[in-house]
Amino acid sequence: MSEARNLKSSAPVFALPASRIRRLGSIIARYGRIYAALWKNSVTRETMFKGNFLLWIVVELLWFGLQLCFVGVLYLHTKQIGTWTQWQVVMLMGASHFIQLTFQAFFLVNCVNLSELVRTGKLDFLLLMPVNSRFVVSLRQVDLGAFVNAASGLAVMAYAGRQLGLAPTFTQVLGFAVLCLAGILIHYSLMLLLATISFWTVRAQGIVWGYYNLFNIARLPDEAFHGLFRALFTFAIPMLLVSNVPVRLLVNKLTSPIPLLLLILMSAACFAVSELGWRASIRRYTSASS
Amino acid sequence: MKKYTHVINVGIQNNLTYRFNFLARTLFGLIPLIAMLYVWQAIYAGKAAGAMVGTYTFAQMVSYYLLTTLIDALTAVNEDDWQIAADIKDGNISQFLLKPVDYLAFRLCLFFSGRLTYIAVAGVPLAIFIFCLRHYVVLPADGLAFVLFLFSTALTALLQFFMSYTMAMLAFWVLEVSTFIFILFAFEYIASGHLFPLDILPPGLERALYFTPFPYQLYFPASIYMGKTGGMELAEGLAIQLAWVVAAYWLARLAWSRGIKKYAAAGG
Repeated sequence: MSEARNLKSSAPVFALPASRIRRLGSIIARYGRIYAALWKNSVTRETMFKGNFLLWIVVELLWFGLQLCFVGVLYLHTKQIGTWTQWQVVMLMGASHFIQLTFQAFFLVNCVNLSELVRTGKLDFLLLMPVNSRFVVSLRQVDLGAFVNAASGLAVMAYAGRQLGLAPTFTQVLGFAVLCLAGILIHYSLMLLLATISFWTVRAQGIVWGYYNLFNIARLPDEAFHGLFRALFTFAIPMLLVSNVPVRLLVNKLTSPIPLLLLILMSAACFAVSELGWRASIRRYTSASS
Repeated sequence: MKKYTHVINVGIQNNLTYRFNFLARTLFGLIPLIAMLYVWQAIYAGKAAGAMVGTYTFAQMVSYYLLTTLIDALTAVNEDDWQIAADIKDGNISQFLLKPVDYLAFRLCLFFSGRLTYIAVAGVPLAIFIFCLRHYVVLPADGLAFVLFLFSTALTALLQFFMSYTMAMLAFWVLEVSTFIFILFAFEYIASGHLFPLDILPPGLERALYFTPFPYQLYFPASIYMGKTGGMELAEGLAIQLAWVVAAYWLARLAWSRGIKKYAAAGG
């Protein structure tokens, strides 16, 4: 942060575009180097507890398999949920798992650890570092096992796609990737907001638990829901958009571009709200035991 | 006996400090429940009016999920397994080796007080929620079924507790027990009837599940209440459930006595 500020104050008011680009480039390169160092740390940490690392992958795989079994059982008794067929819902589960675990790989541990940082006052050290504090709080640790499980989500999607006889075009795949990014941004923004509760009540152990309850709704086909519940989980906590919209794009279930725009719009809105929440929380922070 | 009533008392006071946590847990827990009911509504809506899934009408299906939520509130192990594992890891159990207090009985009292407080806090929102869905609530098959349902629920609570206690005993041997607890929990979650009533499974699979303790951790009492199990089958089921409770109790005692021989009182 401070370096960025220095650059700004020394720059002429109307800098040449070329030099501005160069400065932006150097900031990006600097954050890239910092993030590479954080990755290296995480890899070292994971290799210390190899057995545990593998067991956590098994736990996640087991829970994913369990969700798929649930779909299997539901479709023993019905042909469709709304207009969603069995393999479309399997696709939805796979996409949802992929999005959720990619979010988990980059952000979840860090969001969960925030309450501990606040409680022990260790957040001080992170705030003192000459980098953007939200950057370092959000990305400090990488959960490598989650990448493996995210890949299992992709594998299930590929299998379901074959069953559906899909041949997605390049634009569809690209669109899917962009929408996934928007979904990850929503997960991250909401989780950070949830985690900032710990600035208000120091004991916030229930956070992860609340997270699983809220975010698992993203795995269910949107057409099952209506009324207040659907409005709430579309416009306030957009869980019914996060994975439903990207899958709809892939399986040709979109009737209008409105859901696409809505997802992008909601991800921007969630990010903006989380930034406001983060700033308000940091202002409130009064260290501990130091 | 008096010392254990004292433990219950302290446990209740301790748990009451987490009353907002309990309340948040209950309210958050209603969200996936509502989502599940919506999914079933969509499935029934795609069928002819009055159609059934397995042996369930829509009202019975809603009742089933409400009932399992209730049984879960009454019997689920909340944080007890984590706390027991932490007690072992941090060496806190040393004091129980010196005092004339039985650790298993001590934890059972804390579990009991935890459930009591949870019900006291969660009771109101749960009651309101069930009241809102009262048109779908199915009453118990008959008076006897209701009494046996309560009895079976009590056995379920004991089974849940002894199984969690045994799992937590793993902390004597391994550093991280959470993965093992989560793996067992995954099996419990699907095979005990949390996700769907077990009798909508293919019959072979359902029968196979009855060789495990999982159905007796949730589904069995619910099936008594709904009149799905009766007569000879019910008597037999209760006997098997009781046998599982005894077996889990025995395993818990065994794990403790084995573990204590390995125990090094780290940091205690």
